[in-house]
Amino acid sequence: MLELTSVRKQFGGLRAVDDVSFSVQEGVIKAVIGPNGAGKTTLFNLIAGNLDPTAGTISFLGREIQGKKPHQIAGYGMSRTFQNIKLFHGMTALESVMVGRHIQSRAGFLAGMFHPPSSRREEKAIRDKAYELLELLDIAEFADVEATSLAFGQQRAVEMARALATEPRLLLLDEPAAGLNIYETAEVARLITRIRAMGITVLLVEHDMSLVMDISDEIVVLSFGSKIAEGEPLAIQQNPEVIKIYLGEDEEIAA
Amino acid sequence: MTPELFFQYLFAGITYGIMYAIVAIGFNIIYNTTGIINFAQGEFVMLGGMISISLLQFMPLPLAVVCAVIITMLVGALIEMIFIRWLDNPSVLRLIIITIGLSILMREVALHIWDESIRSLPYFYGNEITTIGIGPVRISPQVLWVIGVCGVVVIGLSLFFKITPLGREMRACSANRTAAILCGINTRNMVTFSFMLSAGIGALAGCVMSPITYTQYDSGTALAIKGFTVAILGGLGNSMGAVAAGLLLGILEAYSVAVVPLAFQDAISIAILLIILFVRPHGLFGSSEAARLTEF
Amino acid sequence: MKSSKVFPLCILIGLVIGVQVVTQLTDKTFYLTQLTMAAYYTLVVIGLSVLMGYAGQISIGHAGFFAIGGYLSAALTTHNLVSLQTHPFIQALGSMGMLIPGQDLYGEQLLTVAPWPACLFALAVAAVVALVLGVPVLKLKGHYLAMATLGFGIIIFRIGLATEFFGEADGISEVPAFVLLPSLAGLPALSVSGDFGHRIENYYIAWGLLVLGMVLLLNLIDSRTGRALRSIHGSEEAAEAIGINTARLKLAVFVLSAVFAAIAGVFLTHYNGGIGPSEASVMKSVRYVALVAVGGMANLWGVLIMGVTLTFLSLRGVFGSYDDAVFGTILILVMLFAPDGILSIRGKALLARFKKENA
Repeated sequence: MLELTSVRKQFGGLRAVDDVSFSVQEGVIKAVIGPNGAGKTTLFNLIAGNLDPTAGTISFLGREIQGKKPHQIAGYGMSRTFQNIKLFHGMTALESVMVGRHIQSRAGFLAGMFHPPSSRREEKAIRDKAYELLELLDIAEFADVEATSLAFGQQRAVEMARALATEPRLLLLDEPAAGLNIYETAEVARLITRIRAMGITVLLVEHDMSLVMDISDEIVVLSFGSKIAEGEPLAIQQNPEVIKIYLGEDEEIAA
Repeated sequence: MTPELFFQYLFAGITYGIMYAIVAIGFNIIYNTTGIINFAQGEFVMLGGMISISLLQFMPLPLAVVCAVIITMLVGALIEMIFIRWLDNPSVLRLIIITIGLSILMREVALHIWDESIRSLPYFYGNEITTIGIGPVRISPQVLWVIGVCGVVVIGLSLFFKITPLGREMRACSANRTAAILCGINTRNMVTFSFMLSAGIGALAGCVMSPITYTQYDSGTALAIKGFTVAILGGLGNSMGAVAAGLLLGILEAYSVAVVPLAFQDAISIAILLIILFVRPHGLFGSSEAARLTEF
Repeated sequence: MKSSKVFPLCILIGLVIGVQVVTQLTDKTFYLTQLTMAAYYTLVVIGLSVLMGYAGQISIGHAGFFAIGGYLSAALTTHNLVSLQTHPFIQALGSMGMLIPGQDLYGEQLLTVAPWPACLFALAVAAVVALVLGVPVLKLKGHYLAMATLGFGIIIFRIGLATEFFGEADGISEVPAFVLLPSLAGLPALSVSGDFGHRIENYYIAWGLLVLGMVLLLNLIDSRTGRALRSIHGSEEAAEAIGINTARLKLAVFVLSAVFAAIAGVFLTHYNGGIGPSEASVMKSVRYVALVAVGGMANLWGVLIMGVTLTFLSLRGVFGSYDDAVFGTILILVMLFAPDGILSIRGKALLARFKKENA
């Protein structure tokens, strides 16, 4: 459903993403891994429309999406979370998720001002659906708490609920386990498999190897902007080149 | 248009353009160290003119100008220390509103001290009818004063930023504030100092232009808008760019008199500002990459 | 509508009626004049509050939109079209009932545009100007946006000051009354005018309009569109990521707030019987911003309360020759000590005390 062909992004002289091609099949969990600075987040921003690629094409559900605005891409059925959580100040958890229903609802400016019966019904549907999602992610008890004042893990959950509220076909998760402890990470892993069970394809960027190996069907490995391997977790674990870059990184950390 | 008129307009344009450029440089100094656009910049210019006019009763002209510049610098430093210094990471919106509030206050204080009358300094050399012949045209010596002062300011500033330790510290502060703090530079003092410097340059501009443009309690606003236009046109933070842009705007404005009524002259320069903001917000001479990197 | 919204609105309506009754009983109806004007100015301010507080976009040019509304409806309803009577366009307008004939003091024949079409035309122009200006302007942020809107305000000011059609420095006077509803079924006509006989009627027209505006905006904030707006203020990137077209939404709010300002301009001009260039001045725009800031930006009730109170005091001349200085001081003090508005100070202090007692 998502197909990247020779995608390149150049910042001045630096090729942050260099001729990367891969595809994501419907219904899988696919992970993009790589050492720091490998271009994972840049790749995500290219797919979600926050950046325009210098070259190459990205097609989603048979439609070329490079150069489209993020809100248009979201409208086609792709939703995302952010590495450094971006929640809305002054909104409760429930409201934050209700905003996520934006593209699944219609009430416009005038309806907003006059509240006709049709928009009242719609409003109730939005509220119910948002609450349902909070329940799904086990954070319904915080529905009326300001989202930005919640604990870190719960903020992640609110962000995920907001992304799910758009009813995406493809969900992009940018380091969903960053900053979480081992138990919370296991919780996230369970959640991601549940999301897949709902029929949503997942593409995630992740640092936590154990999480990626546990849940992914396929893995893409990036290093310095280029794809160096792609395959099933087991094959990736045994790929000598992957071992080299990861060990190399470990050595650097040790030094 | 006769050749005489053509040159007359040209010199008027150059004079006004240079004055705008000096105001723009004042904007740039504060912007460079703090990222703040000081909406009260025009009021520094007005203050410089007004104070020197008042001091003239007690002392000769050169001394009055020097004292006015020093007093305005102190006002600038005080304003920064009282209103800006202690704010903890304020938002851009908050700073905009605060400096707008300051400009209103300064204007109102000026109104209560100097009332609504229009004043001016005498010509630095000769009087309003003294002229000097340059080729086919005759210009007022005050024009040379304006150009001279601008030249001294531009050269002085670039030397100051390149050579003196204080200037270097200010540049470090504008390039990377965190790094500057880590190097032991007191960034807060640098901000105060940039307000002082900017107020001083504004006041100096206010003094040299007073004989030509006159000074009134509310003459700051229009100057601030034009100074800002020039600062944007030249690329925010770029002093040489400001001079070039100032000349461009001044000359455009001067010749526009031939085409549109005088009453619309301000509207012309604002329309230029709007067009520039829409088309090239990073200025004519700035790079778009750099503009995008600046936080707004 | 939820009870949390209905209750304060009922108090507001009660207060509006109460004030009128009290001034009647104490024979102080002259206060109603300034209260009427304050209501119109506050209409501008609540519209601006949605733009600044909720959508997070500053505008220092809203007096420009007020002036577009006021000047256009004033010019159209006062300029005599008799000499153009034979022009086909004018005849077409006449046949659509958009013109009204009359006589001036000297018995000279008059033909002017009727107030309703003039009003609608003025609002349409304000909306179109906001749209055309908004497309490029709203791409700008921070300082640039502030300067661009400031520049727009000054251009409008200059046009008013330099155009004969708009009366130059004198502005336009002798603007006729705006008959909202003709007399029907024995009820007297409802018209906006500064006539002493219409004082109470106009007080209710102004406050009715303000309450209506308030209801609409409160509804808007608490709707799908309102949530999307607030999300832009929170994080534009995240808002885009869930499919919100942030550019279009900002533009729509800009136009909405411009129309609010223009409505206030039209009504106040008919009420005052005229408009002058000072209505378009930078200081007016700054004043609107000050009132939004002091009310707490994203707090419609706070903005309403502070807007009415301060404008009323200012119109009564309480601040004397320090009027502008007072607004400047308010701006600075609020932004220094209470960026969430004056009314937030008490709230925060109470909350802190409450927390302490419970700890």
